[in-house]
Amino acid sequence: MSTVNPAVIARGALGSATTEAPWVRYMLVALALTFLAAFLLLPLVSVFTEALRNGLGTYVEALTDADALAAIKLTLIASAIAVPANLVFGVAAAWAITKFEFRGKTFLTTLIDLPFSVSPVVAGLVYVLMFGASGWARPLLDTTNIQIIFAVPGIVLATIFVTFPFVARELIPLMQEQGTDDEQAALSLGANGWQTFWHVTLPNVRWALLYGVLLCNARAMGEFGAVSVVSGHIRGKTNTMPLHVEILYNEYNFAAAFAVASLLAGLALLTLGLKSLLETRYGSELARRQKH
Amino acid sequence: MSISAINTRNPFRGQVARKTPRSPIPGFPLALGFTVFWLGLIVLLPLAGVFFKTATLGPAEIWNIASSERVLAALRLSFGTALLAALLNAVFGLLVAWVFVRYEFPGKSLFDAAIDLPFALPTAVAGIALTALYAPNGWIGSLLEPLGLKVAYTPLGIVVALTFIGLPFVVRTVEPVLRDIEREFEEAAASLGATRTQTIVRVILPSILPALLTGFALAFARGVGEYGSVIFIAGNIPFVSEIAPLLIVIRLEEFNYAGATTVAALMLVVSFAMLLAINALQAWSNRHRSRHPAGATKEN
Repeated sequence: MSTVNPAVIARGALGSATTEAPWVRYMLVALALTFLAAFLLLPLVSVFTEALRNGLGTYVEALTDADALAAIKLTLIASAIAVPANLVFGVAAAWAITKFEFRGKTFLTTLIDLPFSVSPVVAGLVYVLMFGASGWARPLLDTTNIQIIFAVPGIVLATIFVTFPFVARELIPLMQEQGTDDEQAALSLGANGWQTFWHVTLPNVRWALLYGVLLCNARAMGEFGAVSVVSGHIRGKTNTMPLHVEILYNEYNFAAAFAVASLLAGLALLTLGLKSLLETRYGSELARRQKH
Repeated sequence: MSISAINTRNPFRGQVARKTPRSPIPGFPLALGFTVFWLGLIVLLPLAGVFFKTATLGPAEIWNIASSERVLAALRLSFGTALLAALLNAVFGLLVAWVFVRYEFPGKSLFDAAIDLPFALPTAVAGIALTALYAPNGWIGSLLEPLGLKVAYTPLGIVVALTFIGLPFVVRTVEPVLRDIEREFEEAAASLGATRTQTIVRVILPSILPALLTGFALAFARGVGEYGSVIFIAGNIPFVSEIAPLLIVIRLEEFNYAGATTVAALMLVVSFAMLLAINALQAWSNRHRSRHPAGATKEN
């Protein structure tokens, strides 16, 4: 007896109504991948091909040039200060916002995100207005003889500004989800505040913290607009890697510009690789995120 | 513990309990104090300086600067190209999000990681790479030139750079919402006789619309202020391909602080308005997700 299962027919009929015909699917996938390849992958590939266009010798020469080395050093210094500063801020802000109830909390969270909606150029400009030749905070500096604009402190400040929200915005949603039960348990068992923080809260959020630091560092090392405004572009002194790329490019020294750019592109690839690793390995320990 | 529980239930004490943190967890004054102090010092005080400086100019001079042809042209260009790029990203971002959530294909995880490239790649690197590609002798530029299409050193180049920069905003905002849509609702629509097109337009699109608008707004806001990726490909001709952030830099290099600050203040006002709009959109999106049947989130 050959019976036709009505459920199978129903599912087959619904199947065509809840997904697209195969040719539509193939077309959509092809269109999306072509778009991604043309817009994202091709620029990345071109960085490396342009860098190696004149051979490996030119490439190595461009990277071992004294000005290039100075730029690499300055980039490392600026992010070595900016990232820990934002790490400490992010943890403090997340602790205050997620473990306590107070008025104006939503407003405070919005203010922390503010630097993301400000143009990088404006982020640099605010410090020029503050500490520049006729800046309003200038009297503070004249007594101490510290130079901020067209010097390293200005570059560090601008970098902190543009990377300000990275760590906080990774931690806040996760710590909100986790609540305060673990901390209350630790405290009721006799731990003090710092012990609770180091042994309970921090291990709970370590992967999200690392994730935030990773993104913060990528932006800190790659920031261009804000740093460009406060730097003064003094070769070997106040040039970061992205600024060095610009100078070389504007001098039509394309191979050298792309050589330095390829280092930054390598950093971006490393960041993406580690980020994917964190997402697949510890996805459940990162918060559901709204990417920025 | 039990006392605070009673307090919050008591209608007269409830207000008091909400105002003062009655949490047993320590560190509130230190954490909040440091947060507000650092936020004020690094972000709020310097930003306030822009408005303070602009206010000292007086209304006549502000109007003079803001209504000059070059400033207006720069603002029009920045907003116009950012709008166009955000629209392109809304279309292609939705397509990419759809394909990644609904279909399986080889190389999926590699492409998925690549979507975040614009977040990770320094803007100056993106700028010179796009310029090399779209210049008349570049890989893409040489294909477009016979068609009479010039991209590099024209406003079209700005749109290309801003599309690159803004894509992940749309994809990453739409993706989670699309993933949460339960297939049962599509099956229900289909079993009630809806065609696939009807299901997409009337069941799926309404539930992802708030997220799509949020992504669009994020990409637009980022595009308006973008500098590094644009200045290499734009050509930077005044009145034609000179974006507002570049005009700020030019005014600063001329030591024309009044000119730079006024343009910056105008852009900041727009940024703040965008930020408020994005927050409202996100709140709407979250409400929508919990209320709309097709967008109901599973508890995880």
